[in-house]
Amino acid sequence: MAINKKIKELQEKREQMFRGGGEKAIEKQKALGKRTARERIMALLDENSFNEYDLFAEHEARDFDMDKKSLPTDGVIIGSGTIYGAPVAVFAQDFTVAGGSLGLMHSRKITKIMDHALKMRMPLIGINDSGGARIQEGVNSLAGYGEIFFRNTISSGVIPQISVILGPCAGGAVYSPALTDFVFVVDNISKMFITGPEVIKTVLGEEISMEDLGGAQVHSEITGNAHFFATSEEECFDQIKKLITFIPWNNSLKAKPFEQGEPNPEFNINKIVPEDPTLPYDVKDVIRAIVDFSDFFEIMELYAKNIVIGFGRMGGRTIGFVANQPLEMAGVLDVDSSDKAARFIRYCDAFNIPIITLVDLPGYLPGVDQEHAGVIRHGAKVLYAYSEATVPKLTVIIRKAYGGGYIAMGSRHLRADFVFAWPSAEIAVMGPEGAANIIFRKEIMSSDDPDGMRKQKIDEYKAKFANPYVAASRGYVDAVIEPSETRRLLLHSLAVSENKSIQMPDKKHGLPPF
Amino acid sequence: MKQNEKLEVLNIDTSLYKTRISKKFRNRKPYEAADPHMIISFISGTVLDIIVKPGQIVKQGDDLMILDSMKMQNQLKCSIDGKIKNIPVKKGDKVSKGTVLLELE
Repeated sequence: MAINKKIKELQEKREQMFRGGGEKAIEKQKALGKRTARERIMALLDENSFNEYDLFAEHEARDFDMDKKSLPTDGVIIGSGTIYGAPVAVFAQDFTVAGGSLGLMHSRKITKIMDHALKMRMPLIGINDSGGARIQEGVNSLAGYGEIFFRNTISSGVIPQISVILGPCAGGAVYSPALTDFVFVVDNISKMFITGPEVIKTVLGEEISMEDLGGAQVHSEITGNAHFFATSEEECFDQIKKLITFIPWNNSLKAKPFEQGEPNPEFNINKIVPEDPTLPYDVKDVIRAIVDFSDFFEIMELYAKNIVIGFGRMGGRTIGFVANQPLEMAGVLDVDSSDKAARFIRYCDAFNIPIITLVDLPGYLPGVDQEHAGVIRHGAKVLYAYSEATVPKLTVIIRKAYGGGYIAMGSRHLRADFVFAWPSAEIAVMGPEGAANIIFRKEIMSSDDPDGMRKQKIDEYKAKFANPYVAASRGYVDAVIEPSETRRLLLHSLAVSENKSIQMPDKKHGLPPF
Repeated sequence: MKQNEKLEVLNIDTSLYKTRISKKFRNRKPYEAADPHMIISFISGTVLDIIVKPGQIVKQGDDLMILDSMKMQNQLKCSIDGKIKNIPVKKGDKVSKGTVLLELE
């Protein structure tokens, strides 16, 4: 039958396209420890769930002998599929085809799947592995990037957007990942920068390797551009799949509820926090003592470790956690930790995820570098993000909540719905040492024994103000609770917040300090 | 948190906290006030031309030097009135950011 012949022809055409840039190019890709674009999509999505579009796309470039060249799929694979049954739209740049370079058709394929994802209100995952603009296509390449950035921006806060950097992502191309919600990187494979080592050497005379300039570790630890760090592509895909289970498909939905379960009893909430407020502990253990199955999925684990952010579940529901980390830099707020927390709070708010804040911080980090780096502007982002968030906001003050840090960390004054404090909480305008030095300056200076007097005054201040009861007497704290009551009270608070409704004044948009 | 981990001390508002110290905090540069008598290269580049000579009296706003950088000829102007003490670079030198280009008395 004639149709059989036609089907065979289609199969052959497909096979040819599936070979991408050919054997040699694929070998090169593998030698770098990288999978091909097609293998990556298959590894990421549920089995047999991928539907590809525009397999036979061809470029129309004419200059520089491009009319004689055919580029299979034009260097990018697009389509949709599922992850644990959740629908996702995907594009994956194919480095084996002309170095994954972005020309007009390549970009049209990407924008097509972006438009599709936005229209269908489903998450978009972009796998980046590209040498950059296709120089032969000139300004058309630039137009392509611009069209992608525009869509990233318009889709922001409507559908989840995830970027996976599995190769070079250089020049203007970096701005698409930067505009998305979460960026995944893999050690020794991801490279991101605006200007590469060669340009830097030529122009500025500074020598640096690609890895040291914009490798996975750099973006995870120093720049904060990446949110998830993995040591292999496989680990990276596992992280993406796990993230997908925590987030909703779009901003009109809540994340799918999961099986409920008690925390692991090895995390004994009564024993984690030392009584002495100058001694550290790992706040992640407190989170693990509260969340279902003690399963806490941390985000930006290596950046600004003095604040911890991530997802956990309570009663099967996704919760965003923001917690000061006394183990790192005493848990202070500074430029980087403010940026990290503020963006995450806005993410949770955009995607209907309640926020639980755990407070234990001595205040802001002092220093010329901090002031000159704009800690005023960056710190203000936290105030802004908490204030504008309308999702349920629950705050637990574990120990220290001093000064501006108290206000910033999801306080009642920024409209937390529930504020609980442990008996160990110290809610005060500043730490006892600093406060006593100011308030009792005269007494201490004029005393025959200034050190003894200082100690006495510090103790007096501690007894009177370093507790949760002053704040509780004003209603700034709703209840002083035993640590072991925390999970039960949070579950109850979340349950009664299910239909929280808040009317904000009409505006086009606010002006957050960025 | 590892058992018996050696922690450091961070002073916040005269309270001393036992904690880990970040690399960024440890490597921060102590602040030094800028000296208006030292003209420092604000960007890497090539010294294209030196307009003044040692010993010359200069006024605020006078052209001192042209530094070729980022495809631009950047004019370096004098920030204060003074006398040229020393010019440690010569025409054609490639300089990196932070290099002393000229000293005023």
